[in-house]
Amino acid sequence: MSDSQDTPPDGTDPSGDEPTLYADTVGERLPVDPVVTAGDEGNQRERFRESPGLDVEVEDLTRTASLWGDAWRQLRRRPVFIISAIMIAILVLISLFPGFFATHDPRECNLINSLIPPSSEHWFGTDLQGCDYYSRTLYGTRVSISIGIIVVFFVTIIATIGGSISGYFGGAIDAVIGRITDIWFVIPTILGGIVILSLVRSRGIITVSLVLIVLGWATLLRLVRSSVLAVKANDYVDAARAMGASNTRIIIRHILPNAIAPVIIVAAIYVGVVIAAEAALSFLGVGLQLPAISWGLMISTAQQRIITAPYLLVFPGAFLSVTVFSFILMGDALRDALDPKLR
Amino acid sequence: MGRYLIRRLLQFIPVFFGATFLIFALVFIMPGDPIRALSGDKPLAPEVVQALQERYHLDEPFYKQYAIYIGNVFQGDFGKDFRGRPVSELMADRLPVTIKLAILAFGFEVVIGLTAGVIAGVRKDKFFDSLVLVSTLVVLAIPVFVLGFIAQIIFGVKLGWFPISGYREGFRSLLLPAMVLGSLSLAYIARLSRTSLVENLRADYVRTAKAKGLSTRRVIGIHTLRNSLIPVVTFLAVDLGALMGGAIITETIFNLPGLGRAVFEATKAQEGAVVVGIATFLVIVYMIANLLVDVLYGVLDPRIRYE
Repeated sequence: MSDSQDTPPDGTDPSGDEPTLYADTVGERLPVDPVVTAGDEGNQRERFRESPGLDVEVEDLTRTASLWGDAWRQLRRRPVFIISAIMIAILVLISLFPGFFATHDPRECNLINSLIPPSSEHWFGTDLQGCDYYSRTLYGTRVSISIGIIVVFFVTIIATIGGSISGYFGGAIDAVIGRITDIWFVIPTILGGIVILSLVRSRGIITVSLVLIVLGWATLLRLVRSSVLAVKANDYVDAARAMGASNTRIIIRHILPNAIAPVIIVAAIYVGVVIAAEAALSFLGVGLQLPAISWGLMISTAQQRIITAPYLLVFPGAFLSVTVFSFILMGDALRDALDPKLR
Repeated sequence: MGRYLIRRLLQFIPVFFGATFLIFALVFIMPGDPIRALSGDKPLAPEVVQALQERYHLDEPFYKQYAIYIGNVFQGDFGKDFRGRPVSELMADRLPVTIKLAILAFGFEVVIGLTAGVIAGVRKDKFFDSLVLVSTLVVLAIPVFVLGFIAQIIFGVKLGWFPISGYREGFRSLLLPAMVLGSLSLAYIARLSRTSLVENLRADYVRTAKAKGLSTRRVIGIHTLRNSLIPVVTFLAVDLGALMGGAIITETIFNLPGLGRAVFEATKAQEGAVVVGIATFLVIVYMIANLLVDVLYGVLDPRIRYE
């Protein structure tokens, strides 16, 4: 990481017009062949050094070719991004309107239909209680997506506030936040989750989310802190301070927009991690409780019949994996777009 | 190096007390009366309740309980469960299985993960590289417990290569769980070492080494690998925590009598002493591992010592 001085991270270096233009061109070039790398970056830059005549146009370009505009331009053409975005969009749609996609009411079960293998009537078969498994699996999306988004939303807020305070001000407050983070850091999420949740009698989406938020902020906070530290060293931060900008303004307007990219990448992946953690906790019997419809619970019940009715395990397992996969893939695509150095 | 070590050790102390206190506090603030849970439907005589309360210091204020507890931990006493059996005895009983499982998983992920990552990094954008990238992504996406069942169905039931669950066949029973437990980290290690190697292969010192006429083997094996391993080593420390969390799930699925399953059983039975005892122990192990890695880190990367 430390040997990156010679290649400015795309767009994060607003000290001149050149990188912005350069970034813009990378955006045009990369989609054609996303694996073209370091080798010809130098040439690109050389070329712009040699063309001072571009200065006039650069003025206009700086407005549109921000880091985000540039990232968006790259993302739009990446198959990985498009695939993961479509998958996430479908999953979100299912979790918003499960009734629209489902064929049956997931709670209207008839014991006569117990354990029917997949058929044209019941696409994913039925479970022991005779509930339509396809509809139940679809309704399970709602729990996973909600918990994933709620947890990551709050974790990101906590981490951003804590991390920027810690990184920007340094000194005593940094030490205090740092030590608290250290303490949280040594408690593994699943272990901590089991310890806390096993002692709560009734556990819904809110309880499980709350526990995952409480246990999950440390990693992201460290990331924000180190990112803020790196950005803080830039000249434009000093310039802003010299012009009399308040600390809050410097953090919000100057540091965070440039420091947030790695946070967004990790946050996207973290949605998947949280969804997997919720399923694991529910699977262990300390997450959501029946009659909630959750993939973790479904897999837990299916466990007893993995030989006679493996489809009970396969469908929620596949949905869970695909959901986690989509978010990891999204994080990967974002990383490629926001941080081309890593390619 | 000495000062770096001392600083790390000093930092270790508040984290140790903070983390153990946190676990203790989390368990303590939860509602539920362990004595009533113990007695079940039939209420206990008030004298018995009082005797139990005194015996387990349940009538003392919270911070005092913690002080008593942590004092005992230093003497190797992790408390007793409600049947009067020392938790340390239970841990001694269960620990070997978990250690064997963790070592197997760790070895599996490091050997295969690193090999795959390094080969992929050296042959960037070739077939093997893409194969590693895609397959690790798939493994990353499948939660441990789903992977555990898939492994049970395929290797246990269909192919019959490994025992499906239980610990009757000793070492052989541990192989499949260890692979499942290590698979997630294997994927991380492979990706991390690949990225790190690719990044380092572009560095100036690699070009210099090549220009000096060193063989590729030496350039990669000596110069690049050592620098590329730094993030991987960091990950390995974090990974121990993941292995412990994963052990809870893996041991439950494969029915192995290890610490992970002991935690799980104890939480179900609301055995606070056992849960806190094992959780404290695991966290201590994790912290010591982190400390060791920090030291190793200093050895691998001399820049860090002078920060």
